[in-house]
Amino acid sequence: MIKRYFSTMALAFGLLLGSTAALADEGPELPSAGTNIRDQASLQRGAHLFFNYCVGCHSLKYMRYERIADDLGLTQDDVMQNLNFTGAKFGDPAISHMPPEDAQKFFGKAPPDLSLEVSAKGADWVFAYLNSFYLDPKSPIGWNNTVLPNAAMPFPLWELQGEQVAVMKAAKPGDDPQIDKLTLAHPGRLTPEQYQQATRDLTNFLEYVSEPAALQRRHYGIWVVLFLLAFTFLAYLLKKEYWKDVH
Amino acid sequence: MANVFSSIGEWVTDRAPGLMPVYRKHMTEYYAPKNFNLWYYFGSLALLVLVNQIVTGIFLTMNYDPSATGAFDSVQYIMRDVEWGWLIRYMHTTGASLFFVVIYMHMFRGILYGSYKKPRELVWLLGMLIFLVLMAEAFMGYVLPWGNMSFWGAKVIVSLFGTIPVIGSTLVEWIMGDFLPADATLNRFFALHVIALPLVLLLLVVLHLAALHEVGSNNPDGVDIKHGAKGNRWDPTKPADGIPFHPYYTVKDLVGVGLFLAIAAFIIFFQPTFGGWFLEHDNSVAANNLVTPAQIKPVWYFTAFYAIVRMIPSALGTAVWGVLGMFGSIALLFALPWIDVGKVKSIRYRGTGYKVALTLFVLAFLGLVMIGTDFTDDLFPKLFGSDIDITAWDNAFGRVMTLIYFGFFVFLWLYTHLGWEKTKPVPERVTTHD
Repeated sequence: MIKRYFSTMALAFGLLLGSTAALADEGPELPSAGTNIRDQASLQRGAHLFFNYCVGCHSLKYMRYERIADDLGLTQDDVMQNLNFTGAKFGDPAISHMPPEDAQKFFGKAPPDLSLEVSAKGADWVFAYLNSFYLDPKSPIGWNNTVLPNAAMPFPLWELQGEQVAVMKAAKPGDDPQIDKLTLAHPGRLTPEQYQQATRDLTNFLEYVSEPAALQRRHYGIWVVLFLLAFTFLAYLLKKEYWKDVH
Repeated sequence: MANVFSSIGEWVTDRAPGLMPVYRKHMTEYYAPKNFNLWYYFGSLALLVLVNQIVTGIFLTMNYDPSATGAFDSVQYIMRDVEWGWLIRYMHTTGASLFFVVIYMHMFRGILYGSYKKPRELVWLLGMLIFLVLMAEAFMGYVLPWGNMSFWGAKVIVSLFGTIPVIGSTLVEWIMGDFLPADATLNRFFALHVIALPLVLLLLVVLHLAALHEVGSNNPDGVDIKHGAKGNRWDPTKPADGIPFHPYYTVKDLVGVGLFLAIAAFIIFFQPTFGGWFLEHDNSVAANNLVTPAQIKPVWYFTAFYAIVRMIPSALGTAVWGVLGMFGSIALLFALPWIDVGKVKSIRYRGTGYKVALTLFVLAFLGLVMIGTDFTDDLFPKLFGSDIDITAWDNAFGRVMTLIYFGFFVFLWLYTHLGWEKTKPVPERVTTHD
């Protein structure tokens, strides 16, 4: 009997893990972002990048500075001096200074709020997007992106990554030209490895911002599951005791 | 302490002498067959999830704003600023999906062991009504977060009613209170979701249990213990194969509850979106009537029925056939006790034809789920090469699955009404138990 319960339990968990693993790989194949929201140093570096390069246009309207300080192991002074450049209060959400009407005028499209970007698109998508900008003279802003073609966004991280250009596939006459790969034409301040790590940190920070509760739930989760398994075992012993006289 | 309890008990019994007999009838002197197996956990689990949905729902209601301008923000407020709000919300969203897992298992158990057959037709009908109300409840709950999939899902599902000739478009406006899902739609769906439908659900659950306790529980052998051998350790006039529900099945169900909660907690704490199946990625974007999600599809638990709508082509200038097919696929389940008139209840003693047909039926249902979730759009190119016409493959596969789904009921009707079934002898007493 007990064997049956345990094998059922194992089977249930196996199915659960298997099905989520199988589901994770839907959609076009993107390289893994390799993020880890429990890596606090990475989150801090990512926050730094975000507030130096992104918040000029993009808000995190659901993310308060105070919560960032609490979750990333930063003091109020750290956050107010190094991350908050808009004069917002400590308890305020991170709203961009750029008025949406101006943004609409500059880019033809208001820059989206990024609070839930990773929930909506996935960490792998954001990481790939940040690594896929290239110079495109045909684009009105001079930049284009292979992950989101004709994105309205200029590339603010160019001084870090440098400038990539597209290498075209050999196309038959009449066919639309297709991009084969991107190569670095002018290196930036960071090496390609350093730039990948920087965008991984930034993606990691946005993943945390999408769901700050993820830090808490993983922290408590293991104890809840262990408690419930112990409870199940005790309930099983109780059941066995009661059922001794059923013949 | 014991004295205090018994004197309180006496005080109550003095004033309400009818209470204890009710308790005995439904708990300590409700004799359930002693051979329940794993399938029999799902009834009590459904009750557990219902309670979870109501309790977590009450707390969500305290912080949720049922308006088109405030709903999406208030969900993020719950996720970020309300103490333990994320846990309450994930318990509710995971509970919704697990409710359907549990209910589908519970219904399948009923089919496996013929629990819908005489004398339990009323139990089955009330159960099917619960399923129907639960679907309405889940649909309206899914609209409330006002994400983009909520919006487009609501638009697509409500517009199914638009296929009804003549009154269709008026009906759609009447349901939504606007030309698109809008503030009025959200307000009324909120009212229905948090008060009207839960009340109906609770009433139906009470009736479902009352009807069950009138006729007694079926069991994996399909043996009618009420009309079998008499006399057990507790009562010489009661079924020999029966044991009191309390404490035997209360402690046994506790094991199922523990295991179920462990699995639920694993999802809630580690995989709350369940890879986009329980909480869809597109719903992390606020409702926007100008931006259509790449694929509009209902949550997984509706997809089998939704796939039937998609698979039945329109004819004679109307698309109503798909919608009729969808409602028909549920109506046939209601009619199961009269479609299947085979004398033997449990699959253990039924004919091979029945076993084959039921297996095909389950595969068809799962196939339709795969079509409806667009799972096959990824699967078919992997299996048959990337240059195939996916829509044609989807349609061919889905139509075969739809035919098998309906074919099951046609076969069952012929098989049992014309007496083709060759059954095995049913034992006098239940055969196995823990």
